[in-house]
Amino acid sequence: MTRSTPLRSDAAAGAPRGASRNPSHPAKAGWSFVKPSVIPGFGLTFGYTILYLSLIVLIPIAGLFLKAATTPLEQIIRIATSPRTLKALEVSFGSSLIAALVNVFFGVIVAWVLVRYKFPGRRLLDAIVDLPFALPTAVAGIALSTLYAPKGWIGSLFSDKGPLWQWWHAQTWLPLGLNEFSLNFKIAYTPTGIVIALIFIGLPFVVRTVQPVLEEFEQELEEAAATLGANRWQTITSVILPRLTPALLTGFALAFARAVGEYGSVIFIAGNLPNISEIAPVLIVIKLEEFDQAGAAVIAGIMLIIAFVMLLVINLIQAWARRRFGNV
Amino acid sequence: MFEPEVVYDSRRVIPPADHARPTTERPWVRRLLIAIAIAFMALVLVLPLVLVFTEAFRKGADAYFASFSDRQSQQAIYLTLLVAAIAVPLNLVFGVAAAWCVAKYEFWGKSFLTTLIDLPFSVSPVVSGMVYVLLFGAQSALHPLLKAYNIEIIFAVPGIVLATIFVTFPFIARELIPLMQDQGNTDEEAALSLGATGWQTFARVTLPNIKWGLLYGVLLCNARAMGEFGAVSVVSGHIRGKTTTMPLDIEILYNEYNFTAAFAVASLLALLALVTLVFKTILEFRFGDELAGTRRH
Amino acid sequence: MDIRVDTVRKEFSHYPALNDVSLDIRSGELIALLGPSGSGKTTLLRLIAGLEMPTAGRIYFGDEDASSKTVQERNVGFVFQAYALFRNMTVLDNISFGLSVRPRATRPPKAEIRRRALELLDLVQLTGLEKRYPQQLSGGQRQRVALARALAIEPRVLLLDEPFGALDAQVRKELRKWLREIHDRTGHTTVFVTHDQEEALELADRLVVMSQGKIEQVGTPDEVYDKPNGPFVFSFIGESSSMPVTVENHEIWVGGRAIGLPAPHDAIGEAVLFFRPHDVELVEDGSGAALAGVVAASRRVGGTRRVELEVGGNPNRVEIDLPFDHPAGEKTRIAFRPKRWRVYPKG
Repeated sequence: MTRSTPLRSDAAAGAPRGASRNPSHPAKAGWSFVKPSVIPGFGLTFGYTILYLSLIVLIPIAGLFLKAATTPLEQIIRIATSPRTLKALEVSFGSSLIAALVNVFFGVIVAWVLVRYKFPGRRLLDAIVDLPFALPTAVAGIALSTLYAPKGWIGSLFSDKGPLWQWWHAQTWLPLGLNEFSLNFKIAYTPTGIVIALIFIGLPFVVRTVQPVLEEFEQELEEAAATLGANRWQTITSVILPRLTPALLTGFALAFARAVGEYGSVIFIAGNLPNISEIAPVLIVIKLEEFDQAGAAVIAGIMLIIAFVMLLVINLIQAWARRRFGNV
Repeated sequence: MFEPEVVYDSRRVIPPADHARPTTERPWVRRLLIAIAIAFMALVLVLPLVLVFTEAFRKGADAYFASFSDRQSQQAIYLTLLVAAIAVPLNLVFGVAAAWCVAKYEFWGKSFLTTLIDLPFSVSPVVSGMVYVLLFGAQSALHPLLKAYNIEIIFAVPGIVLATIFVTFPFIARELIPLMQDQGNTDEEAALSLGATGWQTFARVTLPNIKWGLLYGVLLCNARAMGEFGAVSVVSGHIRGKTTTMPLDIEILYNEYNFTAAFAVASLLALLALVTLVFKTILEFRFGDELAGTRRH
Repeated sequence: MDIRVDTVRKEFSHYPALNDVSLDIRSGELIALLGPSGSGKTTLLRLIAGLEMPTAGRIYFGDEDASSKTVQERNVGFVFQAYALFRNMTVLDNISFGLSVRPRATRPPKAEIRRRALELLDLVQLTGLEKRYPQQLSGGQRQRVALARALAIEPRVLLLDEPFGALDAQVRKELRKWLREIHDRTGHTTVFVTHDQEEALELADRLVVMSQGKIEQVGTPDEVYDKPNGPFVFSFIGESSSMPVTVENHEIWVGGRAIGLPAPHDAIGEAVLFFRPHDVELVEDGSGAALAGVVAASRRVGGTRRVELEVGGNPNRVEIDLPFDHPAGEKTRIAFRPKRWRVYPKG
């Protein structure tokens, strides 16, 4: 193997002591599990990492798949295709999709404003972006639920005969009696409420992936576009946004993945009505409470597989972006 | 040239106000975008936070503080601190070991290992709790054995600790791995060449280099450990005064329509979140270089 | 298109980067802005482009006052040191960009844009690479694409900011020659910034030597090299030796001895003598008025030997070139007289 030769000469030139201390390491026949290094402690740290990882994460997750796998196939299919399961998955994925899209739109604006403009309170705004990472989901859940409940600060605006309703009904100039059209938004205890909660928890993922890319964006590219005659809008759409695309996709995928599994901030505002505002994690909890472990394991298995796929997609996006744009 | 002041005036260029710099937007666009960003953040992030404190103090300070005289709430605070005190140090040791092994060596399957370390981030908290229910719960194969030795895990404190460790598992490793990769091996190689042992190298060279990143990871890990809800909820059994942490206590109080108490307990956790954010911002501001590569995730 | 820079001043947060600079650039000439970093050369280039707006002063393109025009309106071709190619576009899309962002009224049809872009690709000798992405090209190729992209908009002036700064020495030399050819073929007024005097001397019709936000000298390479108008230009362009001298009675004196060089008519008092190390003649020691010193160090430089001389106990050594086979060793005494020199008043 050509790779082992320069390696060995490196070691001999750079660290003669280490090299002589580890006479057994020089790559035999081209393949060794770990590249030889003078730094001690690989065995200890690698062993501990694997042990701890296995005990805490891998074995329990394997147990879950074992449980799902030992369930008879027709039962799996019955659980997976029951209308309630399908509806819960639909609510979970649908709301997550909408919330992640909203977050991409506003997340880019927030990241842009934070990176590009100087204004009073910028640092504060920057710090607050991380609030959803730090604020426990249960706290966010009861706060959002109270805020958007029919009597809450925001919920009351939209409720029946609320200020918005009254404003709308005052617009008598509208044709076709549009103003008589019912305008009764209920946010809490509906899928809309779920989306609100998922927007809350997903925002930092988009902002924090887009922000560093914008920070490292070479201003020369914008200047080049300007000297070539492009106006600001053309520069943004054809030079800046294409470069942000990988970060946008990654941020979207992260926000989406987080939203699909979210539990604490959703359950209070969602109302958890079966077939209407019941998300998949809630259904898992209900199955567990009913001692239907097989049912819970199957739904959890579906969600885990989707989470794996999301992780894979994120990694692929990043690999693609690195190939396409160099270091992004 | 006859009137110098006029000449001077003719030289003074008033830059075209709208496009003084080619790499920014017109002022009204800038103002609009800033307004959208602030309004969105205020509506989505700040308003809920403000609401927590207003609701907590709605019935006055006395009612607020009375919420904590309740023995069950005190127990919840105690249990939350206990869980974090166990979970964070364990994950700290793991995080350092994992970062050392991933950052300092090239080995086969390394990227797979880092993906596995990240795994708990992408697992629903409910599933994180549930895997332990399947493993140790009443229907599991291990249950008879645990029962024989009188060990309680599910619906007891050990289960809560395990679930918390699971969900906070990657935090410290995630902060340290990119940081230690950026720093490379040269410092350690220099120390070794000067005759230091492995432990001396770690304690006197590596640790000082990563201390701020480590602190940063511990902060995030702790915030999540104290605030975890979904995973803990599944394994706890909600036995008031025994297996409820603060987030679970909030849920119980809220569902009992005891809003003042619920928001009072919530305000403590919100305060913890704010303190975490302040420390995080200070760390980023003061030691940004030493957190390089870890800032965003 | 000739360009007139009229007493332009540029301040960055009250620190003047350019101090009332005036410069006339003739139509079709290739002119170099040369100076050490911080001399304001890039600022001047960016002001001409409209990437910065002057604090005071005006810039004319021909007879037209361009000062208040935006960069988009000025129609300049700008080439950046780090290429600034759009990584999300192919080579062809990069070159077509300037034409395709024009407003509909002046935008050529698609086929025409493509034809012109391919033609330019041909001009920069990259035929066949139109479907590549910038990251798939070498540094030299990228800079050629950047130039083609700048030429595509039929600019009124071509501005290049350290265009070869990021390339290695070999490619640099090739591109230098090639840029000259392109310039001669297309006839664009071209301004380029460099800190490499060799590049400036070889490439430019005229040089603008800048220092600390001011223009020191403007002239052809010969003028600037042979008749530097001050100590800064003398020592910045080409190799130079200097030593403190006294001027009296139309003669130059060192340590109380005349050294056989006539001084310009009006100078008197303390001064500094400048000459080129290779532009000296050796004289027999003691055979008359000359500079004499003791060899303190010597080293081989290419085809000659460079020696450092201590002249008359002066702590600053002067350097002169000797034939490589000259027998002088350490402590040898050598007498010489500069063939061409300048004296500038001290300070």
